[in-house]
Order: sequence, then structure tokens, then C-alpha cells
Amino acid sequence: MEGDYDVIVLGTGLTECILSGLLSIDGKKVLHIDKQDYYGGESASLNLTQLYSKFKPSKPYSDQFGKDRDWCVDLIPKFLMSNGELTNILVHTDVTRYMEFKQISGSYVYRGGRIAKVPSNQTEAISSPLMGFFEKRRMKNFLEFIIKYKEDEVSTHGGVDLDKITMDELYNKYGLERGTKDFIGHAMALWSNDDYLSQPARETYDRIVLYLGSVARYGKSPYIYPLYGLGELPQGFARLSAIYGGTFMLDTPIEEVLYEDGKFAGVKTKEGVAKAPVVIADPTYFPEKVRSTGQKVIRAMCILDHPIPNTSDADSAQIIIPQNQVGRKNDIYIATISSAHNICARGYYLAIISTIIETDKPHLELEPAFKVIGATKDVLMGIAELYEPIEDGSKDHIYISRSYDPSSHFESTTDDVKDIYKRVTGHDLVLKKRATVEEEAELAGLS
Amino acid sequence: MSKQTSVKLVLLGEAAVGKSSLVLRFVSNDFQENKEPTIGAAFLTQRCTIGTKTIKFEIWDTAGQERFANLAPLYYRNAQAALVVYDVTKPASFIKARHWVKELHEQASKNIVIALVGNKYDLVVDPETGEEIEGRRSVSVEEGKALADEEGLLFFETSAKSAFNVNEVFTAIGKQIPEETSKPQDEPSSVGRIDLNAPVDESGGAGNCAC
Repeated sequence: MEGDYDVIVLGTGLTECILSGLLSIDGKKVLHIDKQDYYGGESASLNLTQLYSKFKPSKPYSDQFGKDRDWCVDLIPKFLMSNGELTNILVHTDVTRYMEFKQISGSYVYRGGRIAKVPSNQTEAISSPLMGFFEKRRMKNFLEFIIKYKEDEVSTHGGVDLDKITMDELYNKYGLERGTKDFIGHAMALWSNDDYLSQPARETYDRIVLYLGSVARYGKSPYIYPLYGLGELPQGFARLSAIYGGTFMLDTPIEEVLYEDGKFAGVKTKEGVAKAPVVIADPTYFPEKVRSTGQKVIRAMCILDHPIPNTSDADSAQIIIPQNQVGRKNDIYIATISSAHNICARGYYLAIISTIIETDKPHLELEPAFKVIGATKDVLMGIAELYEPIEDGSKDHIYISRSYDPSSHFESTTDDVKDIYKRVTGHDLVLKKRATVEEEAELAGLS
Repeated sequence: MSKQTSVKLVLLGEAAVGKSSLVLRFVSNDFQENKEPTIGAAFLTQRCTIGTKTIKFEIWDTAGQERFANLAPLYYRNAQAALVVYDVTKPASFIKARHWVKELHEQASKNIVIALVGNKYDLVVDPETGEEIEGRRSVSVEEGKALADEEGLLFFETSAKSAFNVNEVFTAIGKQIPEETSKPQDEPSSVGRIDLNAPVDESGGAGNCAC
């Protein structure tokens, strides 16, 4: 590993691995190091031995839930929006070759003490218990406005300027009830609190469009998920990077960060010194260069031996408990997956509950979610503080990623990827279609 | 048309034992002297007809990720066949081969077909007579066979350079692949897989391709 590189990447979390892959494709010579002996960092999926040693060190896993290797438990529960930017990056880089995806069966929302499916088509919408008859008509009018809206056709704007009108005003224009606003804002636009109501409607509009486009793509829900867990994603992008010449070293702690004139110059490890003018790292590699966002996330990984009640025995689902349904400021999310996605032993289900902590008794804040999921076989809990870089990297050439937020999808992660990419390279990320298998064979002199 | 089954085959072995060269020989009957370490092409396919069945090998190269023992679990995932390659003139590469076999037993699916391959056979034989030259090889045929017998592996000595035994390795693997296990389609988890690369018919403003 000794020598000169264009970029050193520290940490094999998803953000770092996507950047590593993109930069290798660009022809940059990348050295990618992780202090841990597995891929994925904070965005890894762990087996139960790893999981128990991290969250219940006093109680090692002893095969009570089947074979250890059948389990891949995500440390950060998220799903991919099927029309989202991560899907777009996966397709353009052809990392889809290395993994397989399935739909998440349904998206549910908590309303008045119970959960109901977020309608994914007209038939479901008509029979949905979420709204009364007249409200359904108002909702339909609202959605028609969203679908028909075209930026360059003023006639479709219904007399509103999305950059000026607030989202609450837009809702009111369609006479929507409070519960419907909750439903649209939290279960479709996927906002985790109500701050968006007083913001211009534009971003919520974009989010609803993303949601509707994602549902329309495969049908059951807006979400897709990789077989064997989210930890496959960083591994897939790491492979992409390696194929384009990236060098990978796991289990390699950084002994010293080298500087020249106050700028990053390289790293020293047990294998020697590697030099590069630029480093990309997750927050754990530069604790002095990040600050807390002030938010802490609690995540509870629950092992179940049954599907979640009232989901028609769904093998996977996203359940959102909107904040004001349970007197909170932040939504509670439940992500459930099962052996249908090859992440646990047959007969088991995994439910991961997460929210932003609001009190000094965070485990009690999850109570409404525990009621939704029913009996658990075991629960492992962890609290994570969220970090962000203090500086943008222009001074010292140290570009640090943000912690993975509690949102239910990867849109903020890919925003961070694009932002760091631009700061590192000086230009916007333009995704080019990677060569096909046949073209690559030709490249290798095989045709 | 005969039945076609897809088989994911992974390559394992120390750097520079000729993993990519074996594939190059198999896929295009070619050999490149002093081939650079693998970059840019690590996913090759080749069809191989055995009797009435056609096997499409999807061959995964290590992309250099073996150098620091950093192959990801993703690499082994659902592999139905593996080539564990060593260099018959490099004893260290044979020790490494043992390690890879162990790794495969731990990480890969239970019924994976593994072939142990001692490559660079051309280095130990006289090109004129085809006879072995004494003192050239460091790993004996017996050592290779013993490991293969112990672990239940197919065993071949090959030369990617002269093409010796290369096709035979893949044919032997193809014969060993049980028809029903090639891609476990009837496993419940195979229901509902989606193809992200399939063209999407959409007219909404949701497409955000920056191109």
C-alpha cells in the first residue's frame, strides 16, 4: 500500500464506498482503508454474534435464533426509494450486477391507535380506512394537482407558486384535514417532523413526486431492499472501486495523519506510509473535525417469530408513526424484514424501531412502536449521536461525511455523496452508464 | 435448444498465480504474457455445453481485493462454483490455497463445487518433450491430490499459457453442478426479485438522471 495516491478514503460506510467507486471510475488512484475487519462501518449488516457483542456484550449469542450466519442485521435501518438517487447510481454504475433486490411489501401509517396500509393504487385508496368519503375526494384533487403540475406550463400551476406558498397553505387550498396532512407529509413526503408545513411547498412537492414515482415503478410500496441486507451496498460499491483499480485494506488502524502546510498529506499505518493530497473519511476518523448535530437517534433491533400484526402477514414493511399521533415532535419508524430478504433464519422477523430522542428516557419513547410490533423474542438497543463536519474541507483537504440520519431512505445519503464529490473534484457528479459486460470483455481483450 | 443454467463461479488464490489468465484462456482461448493485475473487467461470462445442458458461467474475478485478504462476503454470496488457484512453482501460494478452501467452507453455500487448480504447469515441463524437468516444481501432484481428496475438491494441474487442462477444469465443474441447484429458483426468497436495469416507462417528473 505504500506509495502515492490521488485520494485516500477512510471507512467503508456506504457514503465512502460510493465515492470510492465513483472516483475510481473517474481514473483516480484510490486507497481505501478501514480500521475494522469488515466492510460497511456504520452502514454494515451484522450477524448475531457481532450484533450481541456490540449491543449486549454481557450476553454472547448462543444459537437460540438459528444459525448465526443466516442473520444480517442492519445497523442503520433504511430502504431504497425505487425511483430515488441511490437506485439511479446503482443502475448507472451497474453495481446491480453484484446484488439482487426485492420490493418491500407495504408501507403503513399509524392513525388513531392502529396501523393502515398507505394505498398504493386506486383500488386500495377507495377501500382505505384512512379517510372518509369526502376527504378522499379532496385528497384525489390534491394528488391530481401534484401529478399534472408541469414546471413550464403555468396553466397547470393552479395559481400557486410552489416557491412562495407554504405547504400548509397549499393543503388548506384543497381543504385537507389535519389527519390527511399528517398522512401526506409523513407517510408520502416522508418528513419526520412538522417543520415543513411553514416552508415553501416546493420540496414537499418534490418528495411526493418521488414517492408516487417510486410506488408506480414496482407496485406494492415505494421501497426496494437488497437481499442479505443493506451491508451489501457498501460491499458492492467497494467491488466497483476495486475493479477500477482501487486498493482496499481492512483491519488497518490509522496510526498517524500526516500534514504538510496545514493540509492533508497522507496516513501512516502498520503497512507503511501512503500519501495523497485528499482524504475522504467518516466522522469516526476525525473526531476533532466534526461536531454533534445535537440530535441523537435510538434504534431498537427486535427479533420476532411472527409477522407484524395488521399487515396481512407482510414479509416486509415500513411503518410510520407520525409524531402528533403519539404526542411527539419526531416520527417513529419501524422497518420490518424477514427471511424473504435473506436477512434472518426462516420463521423469524426483524423489526427495527428508530426515532430521534426527545426525553431522558429514550426507551420509553419507543413504547407505541412496541405495541404495534407485538411480542418480541429479544430486543437490542443502541443510541447513536449524529455528527457533521465542522469545515467543508477546502482548507485542509479533509472531506468528512455526515452520520446516517434517521430518515427511512437514502436520499440524504446520496445528497451527501454528491456534495462531497463536488467539493473534492470541483464539478457536479454526472453519472455515465458503465460499459456493459460485453464492452468490458472487449476492454480486456477478450472479444 | 438445450437447457441453460447460470452458474456463478468465483476465482480465489494468491495474487499472480494466473487466475485471470485461466479465465482469459477459457473465455477467449488467449494468453497475455506479463498481464497487468486485473483492472476494469472482473465479470466475464462464457457458455459451456456439456452433454445436453448448456452452462453459462458468470465468472467473478477478485479485482485485486484478495491482496490484503479483503474479499467481501458479497463475493462468495450464492457462488455455485469456485476455482482455488495456486502456482505449482510457489509453495506459499499452495498454503494460501488451503486458506481459501477453508474460507469457502465457512462463507460459501454448502453444495458449492470447488476445483483446486495448480496453474503454471508449463513452467515445470520441457516444451519440446512434454516431460517434467526435475527441480522445477515446488508443489507435488501428490500434495495437491491429497488436499483435494481431504476436502472433496476436483483437482487439476493447468497451464493458462499452453491451454493445458483449462477447458477440462470448467467442463468438470459443469458436470458436477446438479441441475436443480443451479440458481435456487424455487426458494421462497427468489419470489419477487426485481430487475433494476429493466427500462422504466415513466412520464412523471420523477426521473432525475443528470445526464
